Amino acid sequence: MIFVTVGSQEPFDRLIRAVDEWAAASARADVFAQIASGTYRPEHVKFTGFLDPPEFQRLIRDAKIIVAHAGMGSIIAALELGKPIVVMPRLARFRETRNDHQVAAAKHFGAQGRIIVADDEQQLPAKLDYALTLNERDRIDTQASPELLATIRAFLDDDSQKLPSSTSVNQLPANTVEG
Amino acid sequence: MAVSSSGGHWTQLLRVIPAFSSFEVVFVTVLPSYSSQVPNNRFYLVNDANRWNKLRLVTLAFKLAWIMGKERPAVVVSTGAAPGYFALLLGRLFGAKTIWIDSVTNIERLSMSGSLVGRYADLWLTQWPHLAKPAGPRYGGAVL
Repeated sequence: MIFVTVGSQEPFDRLIRAVDEWAAASARADVFAQIASGTYRPEHVKFTGFLDPPEFQRLIRDAKIIVAHAGMGSIIAALELGKPIVVMPRLARFRETRNDHQVAAAKHFGAQGRIIVADDEQQLPAKLDYALTLNERDRIDTQASPELLATIRAFLDDDSQKLPSSTSVNQLPANTVEG
Repeated sequence: MAVSSSGGHWTQLLRVIPAFSSFEVVFVTVLPSYSSQVPNNRFYLVNDANRWNKLRLVTLAFKLAWIMGKERPAVVVSTGAAPGYFALLLGRLFGAKTIWIDSVTNIERLSMSGSLVGRYADLWLTQWPHLAKPAGPRYGGAVL
């Protein structure tokens, strides 16, 4: 099974149309797409608008490859389950997003070899064919890097030391007046 | 209080929650189905919004203010976008310590909400070393 997702917010008809055409050309009947409020209705791909997290997780788990916009929700979900993922970035010039942050993210994670990037519809078919030759990879941890968690914990610890003293300073005059 | 909009913002928020193991965490987000991922936590819904819909922004701010008044959080943390922007401003108003973690997707420049609200955060983080600046944000690791 191949799972296609455009994420939780905006439609991405350009991706759905390209996958639909690829599914027809390669005679694949096992493609399922989440298309948000997209108006393009694929003919060779089964689809739904939105998915609850448990359904989304199940589809990622069952899929051989994931095809998605270059959104971090989709990318992280695929990496957490070790699935090959092909992404096509949304482009601001087609009003698919407000800026081209997805292009930069795709380029970066693509260069790291963690995802496969199709810049546009023309590149997509070959990338899909390639991704289907790949096996599952090691799953990434389901939590942030130890460094980021340590940064936050250090801030919170620091804070809990400061809070009581600043609180007592603020409360002292009031208590004194009442007393 | 952990606040975010949907998709990658929510995914990244969940990935930093282990850092708050000594706190009771309350979630505020925009999709009801996300409650299934945090079944043991109090869970509030707000509407999402962006700068092109002022009415939705106002509704969002009022809902967040009500939730904030009810919960009185010690810490407010957000990964974006609009709900986090208002949550950080309100959190500051209510005396909470505030944490902004700019989404890992913002490689070339900070998010709009992050660049607006970051300087009001007690801990302002980017996930990219090259975006860190002396006046903030700072880099302290990434969600992946």
